[in-house]
Amino acid sequence: MAKLNIDRGTRAFTRKSKRYSIFSIAKNAASYHQKWQQAWRHAEPKSTYDAVIIGGGGHGLATAYYLANIHGITNIAVIEKGWLGGGNTGRNTTIIRSNYMWDESAAIYEHALKLWEGLSQDLNFNVMFSQRGVLTISHSEHELKGMSRRVHAIRLNGIDSDILSPSEIKKLVPTINIDPNIRYPVMGGFIQKRAGTARHDAVAWGYARAADELGVDIIQNCEVTGLRRNGNQITGIQTTKGFVKTSKVGCVVAGHSSIIADMANIRLPITSRPLQAIVSEPIKPILDTVIMSNAVHMYISQSDKGEMVLGAGVDKYNSYAQTGSWTIPEHMVAAAIDLFPFLSQLRMLRQWGGIVDTCPDASPIISKTDVKGLYFNCGWGTGGFKATPGSGHVFADLIANDRPNPIALPFGLKRFETGYLIDEHGAAGVAH
Amino acid sequence: MNRLLSHRISSNGAVIDRQKLVHFEFDQKKYTGYEGDTLASALLAHGIHLVGRSFKYHRPRGIFGSGSEEPNALVRLIGDKSSEPNLRATQIEIYDGLIAESQNRFPSLKIDFLSINNVFRRFFPAGFYYKTFMWPASFWMFYEKLIRKAAGLGKLSKKYHRPERYEHKYAHCDLLVVGSGAAGLQTAIIAAKSGARVVIADEQHRFGGWLLTDNDFNINQIPAASWVHETVKNLQSAPNVTCLSRTTVSSMMDDNFVIMAERVTEHLGKKDMLLPKQRLWKLRASKVILATGAIERPLVFSGNDLPGIMLSSAIRTYINRYDVLSGRRAIIFTNNDDAYFTALAIHKAGGFVRCIVDLRVNPKSQIITKVRKIGINILAGHAVIAAHGLRHIASVDIAKYNSGKQAPTSSILHMDCNLLAMSGGLNPVVHLHSQRKGKLVWDERTSCYRPDNKSDEWVSVGAANGTFELERIFIEATKIASTTIMKLAKENNKIKTKELVTVPQIDKDKQNWTPLPTWLIQAGQPHVSDKTAFVDFQNDSTAADIKLAVKEGYSSVEHVKRYTTTGMATDQGKTSNINAIGILASCLNKSIAETGVTTFRPPYTPVSLGAIAGRNIGGLFDPVRKTRMHSWHQSNGAKFEHVGQWMRAWYYPRDGESFQQAVNREVYATRHYAGLLDASTLGKIEVKGPDSAEFLNRVYTNNFADLPIGKARYGLMLKEDGMVFDDGVTTRLAEDHFYMTTTTGGAAGVLSWLEELLQTEWLDLRVYLTSVTEQWSVASLSGPNSRSILTACMSENKNITDDFPFMTMKKSFIAGIPARIFRISFTGEMAFEINVPARYGAALWSHLMKIGKEFNLTAYGTEAMHVLRAEKGFIIVGQETDGTVTPHDLDMGWIISNKKSDFIGKRALERKSMNEPQRKQLVGLLTADPSKVIPEGAHAVLDPNQEMPMEMLGHISSSYYSPNLKHSIALALLKGGLNRKGQTVYIPMLDGQQPIEAKIVDPVFFDKKGERLRG
Repeated sequence: MAKLNIDRGTRAFTRKSKRYSIFSIAKNAASYHQKWQQAWRHAEPKSTYDAVIIGGGGHGLATAYYLANIHGITNIAVIEKGWLGGGNTGRNTTIIRSNYMWDESAAIYEHALKLWEGLSQDLNFNVMFSQRGVLTISHSEHELKGMSRRVHAIRLNGIDSDILSPSEIKKLVPTINIDPNIRYPVMGGFIQKRAGTARHDAVAWGYARAADELGVDIIQNCEVTGLRRNGNQITGIQTTKGFVKTSKVGCVVAGHSSIIADMANIRLPITSRPLQAIVSEPIKPILDTVIMSNAVHMYISQSDKGEMVLGAGVDKYNSYAQTGSWTIPEHMVAAAIDLFPFLSQLRMLRQWGGIVDTCPDASPIISKTDVKGLYFNCGWGTGGFKATPGSGHVFADLIANDRPNPIALPFGLKRFETGYLIDEHGAAGVAH
Repeated sequence: MNRLLSHRISSNGAVIDRQKLVHFEFDQKKYTGYEGDTLASALLAHGIHLVGRSFKYHRPRGIFGSGSEEPNALVRLIGDKSSEPNLRATQIEIYDGLIAESQNRFPSLKIDFLSINNVFRRFFPAGFYYKTFMWPASFWMFYEKLIRKAAGLGKLSKKYHRPERYEHKYAHCDLLVVGSGAAGLQTAIIAAKSGARVVIADEQHRFGGWLLTDNDFNINQIPAASWVHETVKNLQSAPNVTCLSRTTVSSMMDDNFVIMAERVTEHLGKKDMLLPKQRLWKLRASKVILATGAIERPLVFSGNDLPGIMLSSAIRTYINRYDVLSGRRAIIFTNNDDAYFTALAIHKAGGFVRCIVDLRVNPKSQIITKVRKIGINILAGHAVIAAHGLRHIASVDIAKYNSGKQAPTSSILHMDCNLLAMSGGLNPVVHLHSQRKGKLVWDERTSCYRPDNKSDEWVSVGAANGTFELERIFIEATKIASTTIMKLAKENNKIKTKELVTVPQIDKDKQNWTPLPTWLIQAGQPHVSDKTAFVDFQNDSTAADIKLAVKEGYSSVEHVKRYTTTGMATDQGKTSNINAIGILASCLNKSIAETGVTTFRPPYTPVSLGAIAGRNIGGLFDPVRKTRMHSWHQSNGAKFEHVGQWMRAWYYPRDGESFQQAVNREVYATRHYAGLLDASTLGKIEVKGPDSAEFLNRVYTNNFADLPIGKARYGLMLKEDGMVFDDGVTTRLAEDHFYMTTTTGGAAGVLSWLEELLQTEWLDLRVYLTSVTEQWSVASLSGPNSRSILTACMSENKNITDDFPFMTMKKSFIAGIPARIFRISFTGEMAFEINVPARYGAALWSHLMKIGKEFNLTAYGTEAMHVLRAEKGFIIVGQETDGTVTPHDLDMGWIISNKKSDFIGKRALERKSMNEPQRKQLVGLLTADPSKVIPEGAHAVLDPNQEMPMEMLGHISSSYYSPNLKHSIALALLKGGLNRKGQTVYIPMLDGQQPIEAKIVDPVFFDKKGERLRG
């Protein structure tokens, strides 16, 4: 597994006056909260930037932040079609883990997890990264064997992971049903204790505020309508707010990657499908651990607000509509009730969908393209949120140095020609 | 008169039945109400307003509305072994023995410790979580625990273990009418006459909508209540109409796929053996008419959340429907005419209306004149700028108010009261329209968002469409019903369009429906008053929070929502969203239309998870498939394992045998005598049609075109990426007819894949596929004695076993049962797979076991099968492969035809990476200690003492103890494995034990030449 020393950067929040803390809240309370400053400027595009990031979701904002903070490139714009974090960043089930089986995946997700640890302090913004543990359940002999394979690989990669018996699971999660006679009984499981959840919106906002502080222009409500190039070199982007000159463009537009790629006549090996989630009404704490089950295709956690958050696999058709079919929530709820009968007393409060871009091998693309200065970070499928800091970190490095670092290297576009795929279909089961 | 019922007024024909007294409990105290009461109306009848505490500041909160819009009055219903939290008291029908409890307070509703949050609320502005709890970093988990404990609303019952019964129902109709108010009834009755199949649904327990509250006038010369009664009776008696009360239409999806939750017995409070608690309807409607009405907006001013402050329409509803007067000294605060009807209702019910505070400077209309006449004081151009009270409203501050300047312009008038009705205008219920991605337009005249009504599939009518005058509602409903029926008639000639349709005539006081939009009443120092001017009551977000969000740059509607949590409570912003947008717009100096709206996400009101799952839980979650021999396995003590949906006999322990002993015995017996395996679960597909051979040639890597009739061949199927997908033996039954077998787990996937190819890629091929997995029972007879047993079992043609070469098929009869017998082997022994029509499976099995007895025939399970094939180095797809393994990786290059021009996966196999010498390849492993069995899934390394992360060679895919070799054996996929034979590897253990040492060897451990197989 590739491993990098993590450079968290040193430039952010040197101005003490802008820092958030309990003291800043107390101070502002005294002035009735009238003196808070904007978390980020609502910038209008300048005529020229050293680099432009298309897409103001978590990954895009993280990329801009690390470009500014580590690589010192501060003349950057992040261009967002709608509002910051309005795509999959604000729609996912917020699970963070790095217990991947393949070396390449483990490397990037562990890189991300290390950055999650301490991210609130780095950004001076509480992203509520909560290491409450992610427990994956096995329901058959076959799954137990698959689990053993994953845990062995994860452990030898130096990442934490522990196998639990049904009774150990019951001790950790008292509300779970471990009756051996249910259709998919709990036969065992494995937990990554360092894994957990975070507050998704806060990740976008925290990166936006920190990037802005370093001089990055964050431009909302601005749609990219075309890419301009001179020969094989990117020269700028056409937007609904005019032309912007730049020689480096990073595209981080989950759900619409193929559409931007099309503007450069690039065909990405990506299909876009709906992924759905639901939350229940809030209740007092009843489930502290994040539970995942591949066999019944369901994952569940309880948010800090008290809502039960449930997700499942993707809908089985291609679509750009941010809604899915009814069968998916129906199946995930039935699966969840078998494991947690108490859920039957609860109510579904909201149901929503996002669009996930998925590659044939269910692994992302972090890559240069045949067009010089045009970079893509996409194809995270159902599991992009957890990678946010790692993804932004290595993508910034790629844009700054025009070469992938060892963690990003395996995720290049060329792999679809050479066949060096990182097939997470079989390995990850339900991924998110 | 009952002292406790002192808020009940004399009857005026409401929905309650005064003859039927109902006893219930709230917060351990006993109360009575009448049948037809909601919990809210019954509590108000006892003068109880305070029923809950708010989410964040734990402020006392009272009953606020009268229906699904209620943000405050959330209670928990307690049953014997269940409890349902967060239910709206305004929607719970009371029944004898109902036990309800208030939530989110400790120790009691009146004294709640966490109301300390309210004292320090200055330190908890919107988004304060994001700015603090960061130091020290390691303390977040501790802080979070406290935050989690404080958050959440209701509690669940810990005793709960068995979900109650919920059902699903599928239905189709020509027209769904949502809502049964004036607009809904009028459209439904017209549609009913047309002969169209109509479903009309309403979330309330009785049809009539607002006509149940406002019915002090005539429709077509008869009292409004009688008109409702007649119309509903006509609908109920029409055979083409389904009337569903207590049914919430919660989601509307593409092509009018509609989810409705019907409360069947929930409101009765007792279980019914025959009926479900709720029924979830999945309805497909050709057209939908949305007559969902409107919800009143609160006004936003300091202290507007005190118990005793209610929506004006709700107060009127409690009077007119439930004979309950919520307070006797009332003040009305409004920006429109509707609240004047409430003033009249309070006055009529014997209450004292101290004054009407109207934001409009010079309001005029028929109803206002009427109110003035009876002597109610109207303070025009005034506002309530603050409300005061401890746990209930006690007084208000009133001043002249300039809505344009957002400031009071006179000295303050103090007035005491115990009820404040507020009315800020109406919001059409546009949720279902928005769920279908219908657009909204801002209507300046009525100050509300209404649907654009541009779809052909659904249409909004009446108040849901921003049409609030009753005369106009009837005209609009009549017109829309007629045009919808014309559209339906075009598709269905049974639907009549020539019914005489009349618009009902009414004699109701005229009112002016143009409110004076005033989103926020500011007074004194706004930064102080804004802090208690609540916008979202349940989530405690205030005008100050919205302003703070804008100040900090969270100024898009979605950011405001997420930063302040406005509109994210269990009422999903029914009373708060538009006020929040109004305040936001004025902060941004934009119009409301420019500011935009947040997404309306389904469902309209929360839907029970139990109902969503329906009966697809427990044993019905996913079917369990059993073979025809299952009962034999069971009665012979088999242990089973789940393989996909199938239950397969895993091993058959005899008295006192351990797992390992049983498996060893079965493996040994099969190698030395004979064994019988139930192989019925293997996938079986009939491939028929003139192009079948060509088709198989394309999907398998090897050649099938030249397969002679009666011969069988092992085939490997790849996906387009060149990776092994499935394997199995396919036999040619006739020139155009093949019999394909697949793996047990892969059967459904293979069939889908082959169908996809035929239906989307190779339309020119005439090939037809039929799954016959469940049409055949299969017993696999294996071992040196297998031929003798088979011969002994034959009813006729006993001599066919004499000349029965490997990989051929013969038809014959066994014990009189017609059988297809395949001489193929997965154990490496001489073996016959006997296929008989499924229903004879048990008979075949018993017969074989009976005859086989003298040949030492032993039944063996899947575990022994695994060991037997592993001894031979045979792969199992899904165990030795995982979607990343090519035939070359398995050292099975021999199965890839060089002669064929193409097959699925051929191109992929030519990519650079496919010839990479360091690919993971299948090898055998022999442990240094012959008794030590490596755990499956463990990984091999060259140097067990290296640093983490370790350089891994690959994993152990299969590992067993082989009783025939008296040695532990394993199969593994290791990097460059084919060139590593002879090398030593180490397998580190998870539990800290010493790594296991093993040698890389050929994967065929037993009978390397295959002599026994062909024997």
